[in-house]
Order: sequence, then structure tokens, then C-alpha cells
Amino acid sequence: MKLIYEKSQAGRRASVIPQHEGLPHPEIPDELRRREPPRLPEVHELELIRHFTELSTRNFGIDNGFYPLGSCTMKYNPRINERLVALPGFANLHPLQDEEGAQGALELMWRLQEILAEVTGLHAVSLQPAAGSQGELTGLMLVRAYFEDKGQSEQRRKVVIPDTAHGTNPASVTMAGYEVTAVTTDPRGNIDVEDLRAKVDEHTACLMLTNPSTLGLFDENIEEITRIFHGAGALMYYDGANLNAVCGISRPGDMGFDIVHINLHKTFSQPHGGGGPGGGPIAVRDVLEPFLPVPAVVRKDGDVFGLDFDRPKSIGKVRGFTGPFGVFVRSYAFIRMFGPRLREMSELAVLNANYMLARLKDAYELPFDRLCMHEFVLSARTLKREHGTTALDVAKRLMDYGFHPPTVYFPLVVPEALMIEPTETESKETLDAFCDAMLEIAREAAEQPELLKEAPHHRPVQRLDEVRAAKRPVVKYGFEDHPHLEASREPVAAEAPKGV
Amino acid sequence: MTQHPYLALTDDDREEMLRAIGVSSVDELFRDIPNGVRFDGALDLEPALSEHELSAHLTELAARNVDTTRELSFLGAGIYDHYVPGVVDAVMQRGEFLTAYTPYQPEMSQGVLQAIFEYQTAVCELTGMDVSNASGYDGTTVTADACFIAKHATNRATIVVTEATNPQVRQVVKTYAPGFGLEVVEVPHRGGTTDPDELRSAAEDAAAVIFQQPNVFGCLEPAPELAAAANDAGALSIAHVDPVSLGVLEAPGRYGCAIALGEGQAAGNFPAFGGPHYGFLAARSDYIRRMPGRIVGETVDAAGKRGYVLTLQTREQHIRREKATSNITTNQTLLALGGLVYLTWLGPQGLREVGEACLSLSAYAKQQLAERGFEQLFADRTTFKEFAVRVGRNARDVVKSARERGVHPGYALGRDYEGMDDVLLVAVTEKRTPAEIDRLAEVLAEVAG
Repeated sequence: MKLIYEKSQAGRRASVIPQHEGLPHPEIPDELRRREPPRLPEVHELELIRHFTELSTRNFGIDNGFYPLGSCTMKYNPRINERLVALPGFANLHPLQDEEGAQGALELMWRLQEILAEVTGLHAVSLQPAAGSQGELTGLMLVRAYFEDKGQSEQRRKVVIPDTAHGTNPASVTMAGYEVTAVTTDPRGNIDVEDLRAKVDEHTACLMLTNPSTLGLFDENIEEITRIFHGAGALMYYDGANLNAVCGISRPGDMGFDIVHINLHKTFSQPHGGGGPGGGPIAVRDVLEPFLPVPAVVRKDGDVFGLDFDRPKSIGKVRGFTGPFGVFVRSYAFIRMFGPRLREMSELAVLNANYMLARLKDAYELPFDRLCMHEFVLSARTLKREHGTTALDVAKRLMDYGFHPPTVYFPLVVPEALMIEPTETESKETLDAFCDAMLEIAREAAEQPELLKEAPHHRPVQRLDEVRAAKRPVVKYGFEDHPHLEASREPVAAEAPKGV
Repeated sequence: MTQHPYLALTDDDREEMLRAIGVSSVDELFRDIPNGVRFDGALDLEPALSEHELSAHLTELAARNVDTTRELSFLGAGIYDHYVPGVVDAVMQRGEFLTAYTPYQPEMSQGVLQAIFEYQTAVCELTGMDVSNASGYDGTTVTADACFIAKHATNRATIVVTEATNPQVRQVVKTYAPGFGLEVVEVPHRGGTTDPDELRSAAEDAAAVIFQQPNVFGCLEPAPELAAAANDAGALSIAHVDPVSLGVLEAPGRYGCAIALGEGQAAGNFPAFGGPHYGFLAARSDYIRRMPGRIVGETVDAAGKRGYVLTLQTREQHIRREKATSNITTNQTLLALGGLVYLTWLGPQGLREVGEACLSLSAYAKQQLAERGFEQLFADRTTFKEFAVRVGRNARDVVKSARERGVHPGYALGRDYEGMDDVLLVAVTEKRTPAEIDRLAEVLAEVAG
């Protein structure tokens, strides 16, 4: 399909800008004035709409079908939330409006903070971080501020991360100026406690843990892990990517965690928009509250809400203003539709996952034979060994059956990983249809492996050459100089994580 | 309990599924959770609402906000009340875009991948740069990201930022800097803009120099000279720019900047009490392998057909982990898509006209306020759509009194700058009319000292 720039015709336009008579026309100094206009597309309005509508038909969202992308919690995004977030009182509200002119927004944020404190079992919340990974980084900044305050910042330089962790965890550690200490996974899929014990000491700043882990398993030794860290004077950070498994069932604060980030675009249904926006609020134990980002959203006297900038120990600001407000509106709306029934939400997410696991564990290898939480990880290792078909082939073949593939090649500790997360909003019929397809694909791998290797067959494009894209990067349209693309001989698919 | 509208499993489904799993109850599914960390009882949350009740509740909360449809607003200082056309909403509400995840599986995601490729092209065209990422969180965090690029590109340990750069941007850079092992040095403004010679001496041994064009006071910096001062010192020159200005103001790439970035909100997003918006970040090709976040590249499929994929992923956290160029994962794709649709709606001609309208209307506002006796700060500087004016008494009080008359006259700069307690920063976009500006002048004359 053509790019919008290839549809451009000089002289066309979709906009009319109001013109006013008799206004001054100030001159821009010559050296600051634009010489050549940017080559933005020139199209009329219908062409614009048709172009982006056609693009949308080449995309797949939850609205199109089942999207069991592990660790991404692809649940239904209620449409009412889109109407509510577009209310003029929300959409057109300027972030620097006086507090008395923003009481509804501030109250909504304060209420969301209270809810997240209750769900996580912690004391105070900042909504400011823009996404989960920024929540992680903010959390690590809090850890640093906390130990600086105690005079231990030089001493405590290490952050402990299990080998099952999302890549964001170690990346955040580096950005926060810390060093990673890796711990391994034991044969049951828990953190190896002996390895941990040997690595946690007076140089440890904190643990970063996802629980349930990216294997979809709840760490059975969590109480012992907490004892080890708190005993060494270190803190505990909870990566909330998998919070959808435990709302109302087990709270991170009760497990012993001191800092938690919550992915509003996962557990609380902010639509992911093809890559964002997200929201990554953090909840903390009371000793960490003084370090939270400014401004804090606070309840003043009675029903008056405001912003508190007077936090001398605060780490500062991690994002503009008070965070991605529209995300808060949608997540608050989603939560209010559940109330205490959030527990039922998590229960059904776990029920759905276990049902699929039960149906699939004989056809695919199950590296850790336990009940799972809201997601589970299978391995296509046997298919690869016996038939030469990989996890990627299974993923691509699922597209032919009308499903979005699961996360593949993650977590890294499982070879040929297929990480499946159905969420609570899917029906049994959908789960059955997906499982039927997975079983059929396992049979096809034995009988007609080329069906997998050549998949997908019905998408707008066949498999794409990712190696070529990285070797000779073409990252923008080149206009008159744009290269003519000829066929490449051998498509290569990189075995890199796809998901999370 | 009533069957929940977002949940599908009936009681019969649940029974059947538990049997298939081989457990007797849902509780049993949680047997791996130690008793000591189980949460007994119900979450202390208000009961579930119906959609109708939810709608009434949020409509009531929204009604307690005074937004730009309810008061005549000249507030800016980083977030602007530009017009957002209907086509933006229409495209962003397509479920195929709205409810998709990051395009890890390109065959399922050609729509959003091509859109990001088109967005990257638009950002490169605006800024005169070679490579753009797929967006960052906002205009503050992309600036911090750029500092990380600069640190690794130069192995130097100082970031120089002009004091005339938006305070929110400076605050975020300062929050990130210690983790990067960077120190932040600020260079004061001289009469509303930055002195290139002063910047040149500060830039010695700096990893990067950050300036804003137009700057926080709305004034046009001598941007080519500032970029040269940075480049001469071997620092990365980073321009924080307003996308809407780039139809009339020169592209940073044309005056030698290494990186151009900024807040995308003005181009296609509603103010939304501060977000979500998108931050854009573009650079010269020298820095392509140090860029943070997603980048989409063109390639071919097995049949030789053109297609798009996430590329240069070896920079990223899911592959490089602690050696990644950034931890960013979720970005702001949907908002950036809104930006692309907006820029497509404008086209080059529309973008120039919006810029000219900002210039003309704000010049008219300056005239009207001058006629009422208000002294413009930095009167000899050229401004784009925002300008600073003295209002004779505490600007926060003036804002309060003006708001009682239905006009929000601007941002009280004394919150961020010493000696500016009586200064108001007035933003005039193409949405304002001469009559509205007359009203601003009239109200300010009534309420100012």
C-alpha cells in the first residue's frame, strides 16, 4: 500500500485556518525563518480518512480478535471510557489551570490513588510515571533517595533481579545508576533462594521482582525472600506487570514489598494504542512517601483537593505536570465498574489461563508442571527438535487461524517459549477455538511442517526480513530518492522476544 | 451476583472449566500462594457501578473543571489550546489502532507500523533530522533521554541547559541526571534570550547543550549561534522546539543541531490536564544506534513486497537488558498517530498558516495590551505565540480576578522565575480571535494594578 506521501498532490489540503483582516504581520529575523517548507502530505480530507482507515484494516487489535500476548494483559477496553475521557471538562482542561478550576480532575486522581493504595496494600501513591518502565525508574530513584537519606547510598549499589525478569528491569537499573546482580530460577520456577541468600548483603539496595513471575508462577518462597532482603536492610520493589493475577487475592504490600508500580494499560484497561499510552503509578510504604515525585495530589480540608509542591525530600519530577491524566480517567472508570469485584476479575483471569494450560500441556512442553496464575509458558522445543518448526512458526501459523500470537522467546530461561495470557474478558468458546488451533498446529507440525514455516498465508504481507531492515536502516520516506525495493532471497526471522 | 458486563464466564462455564483443570474450586487455583500473604476479605472499595451510574459520576466530576470551552484561555507554558480537527478523533478511535499492542508481530501490525514510519518521516521533515523514534512520553522525558544519548556519545559528565528552557523540562532533566552520572548547569537568560558567548564558555567539556526555541518566554533565541556554541565545544546541540512553529521557524537540522525534540501536544493532542501526549525525538544519523525507544524501518517480505518492522532492536531493553539505550517500552504511539493525522490535515501550507496566525494574533495582543499601558517584558525580542507582560501587581492575584470575569489571562511566571511576581505569560494560538483578544485586554485593564 502507498505511503501518504506517495498520495500527495501539490495544491491539495484538508485544513482551513481562520484568517483575520487588519492584523500586524511581524517579521521573523532572516536567519531564524524557515527556508524550505517541510514536505508534509498534501491531501484532501476524504483521502486522509481513506488512507488511515485502510491502514487500520491492516492492523489487529483486541476489537478484532483474541490477543493472548503474554505479560501484556490484552483485555477488553470498554468503549464508554472513550466517551468519558473526551468530555470537555477532561479533554480541554489545561494542566496549569488553578486548583479551584480543576477540582473534578484532582478529585478523580485522589480517588484513583486511594484505590491503588488499597489494591496494592501500601500507603501512598504517585500517579506521575508515564509507563511501567518509568515507574520502575522512579521506584529506583526513591530507593536511592531513601538510602542517601540514611547515609548508605555509597554502600548500597546493587539491585537484585531474577533471570526471568522483563528487560526493562535491568535497563532501569542502569538508568538509575545501579548495578545488576542476577539470580537464577529453581526447578519449580521460583527464585533460587540459596543463590539469593549468597548474593544479598550490605551492598544490596533492593530486589526487583515480578510476582507472579513472567513464567506465570507465584513465588512460593516470597515470605522467605522478604525476610532475606529486609534482614539485610534492603528494599523490595514489585514490578506490577502481572498484577492482574492477584487483585483482591494477595497484595504486594502484604507480601513485604515496599514499592510497587502498576501498569494501568494492563491491569486497568487503558487501551494500548499500538504501543502506548500507558500509565505507571507507583505505590509505596510510608517511609518512602517523603521522596515521591512532586507535585503530590492531596485532599485538603473537607472535599477540597490540591497539589502539594512542598516536599523537600522529593526526588523531583519524572514527567510533565501530574501524569497522563486521560489514562487515569479510563482506569478509574474501569475500576469503578468492578469495585470489590476486582477479585472476581483476577480469579477469572487465572481460571481462563489454567483451563488453556490443561488443554495444551500434552501437545506442547510445559517446563514447570504447576498450576499457573494469569498466564503460562509453554515450549515448542519438542516441535523444533522433531519437526524443525519453531515457536516463531507456531506464532505465524496462529495468524492463519485468525488469532494474534502469544509472546514468543520470552522469558529467556525457556527455550522456544510461547507465553500465553488470555485475560478474564475472554469467553470459553474463544479459549476453546484458540486451543483447537494450537492442537491442530501441533499436528500440522508433524504432518505438513511447511504450513507453519510459510505462514502467515492470509495477512497483508508475508514474513518480513527483519535482518535486512536492521542492516540497512530505512527509517523515513526518501521522497524522490526513495530506494526501489527488490525482492530479497532469503527471509530471516530473528529469534528475539516478541511480546511483553 | 449479576453477571458482569465485561466478563464472559457463566457459572456453568466455570464449573466445566474447573473440572477440566482437575480442581474443585477457584480458590484451589491459588494454592501456591502462602497463607501468610493471602488477602482475606473484600477490598475496601465502593461497590461496582452500572455504566449509566459510572457515566453520571464522571460527567459530574468533569463538570467541576473549568476547561477551555468554559473560559476564554490564554494559558500556555508548554501545553497549548490549538485546534484539534475531527479527523484526529476519527482515526484514533479506530479499534484496530486503539486496542492493539506494540507491533511485535509485523504481519499483524502493518497498519500501525506504516503509520509510525509516516510519523517518523513527518518529524524528520519538521526538524530537518535524519532519524526519529516512534515517540517518547512527553517533551520533558525525551529531553532526559537525549542527555543519555549525549553522555554515551561524548563520555562527558555535564549537561548545560538554558534557564529560558521550560522549568518542567529542566526539573525532569535534573531528576534523571544523577542516575546517568551527569551534572546539570544552567545558563541564565539576558533580557529574555541566551547569550551565545556565555553559552560557549559553559559548554566547554559539556556532553550537551539544551535550549528551547521559542524559549519559555516566547522569545526567539539566536538558535543558530547557540547551536554553533555547543558544536564548537564538542557538545551535542539539542533544540527543544514547538512543532507548530516549524512552518515559519527554521528546522534545527538546518542550523547544525545534533538532536531536535519537543512536546508534541500542540500538534494534534488535546490539553487533557497534562496528558497523555507524545514527546518527539529526532537526531542526525550519527546517533541512530543510540536512539531510545522504538524505531520502525522499511523492509521486504518473503515475496519481495514492501513492509515495515520494528528495527534496530538490539538497542532495546528486551534484547540488550542492562546495556540498552533506554528502558522505554510502552511509548505514546496513539498520540503520535494523532500528531501524524494533524500534520497531514494541515499539510505544509496549513502548518505555515497556523504559524503565521500565531505570530499575527499574538502581535495584535501585544498591541492591545500596550495600548492599555501594560509593559511588555523583553519588548525588543521577537516572539512566536507567547509573550511576557507586567501586570502591575501579583500575577496570581490577577489571574484569580480575571477568571472571575471568565478569562484565564495566562501563566504567572513568578512561580518559576525570581523577580517576575508581576509577570504574566500570555499564549495566543490560532484559535483565538481579535474579539477575544480585545476581551483579554479589557479584563486585564479592569483587574490589573
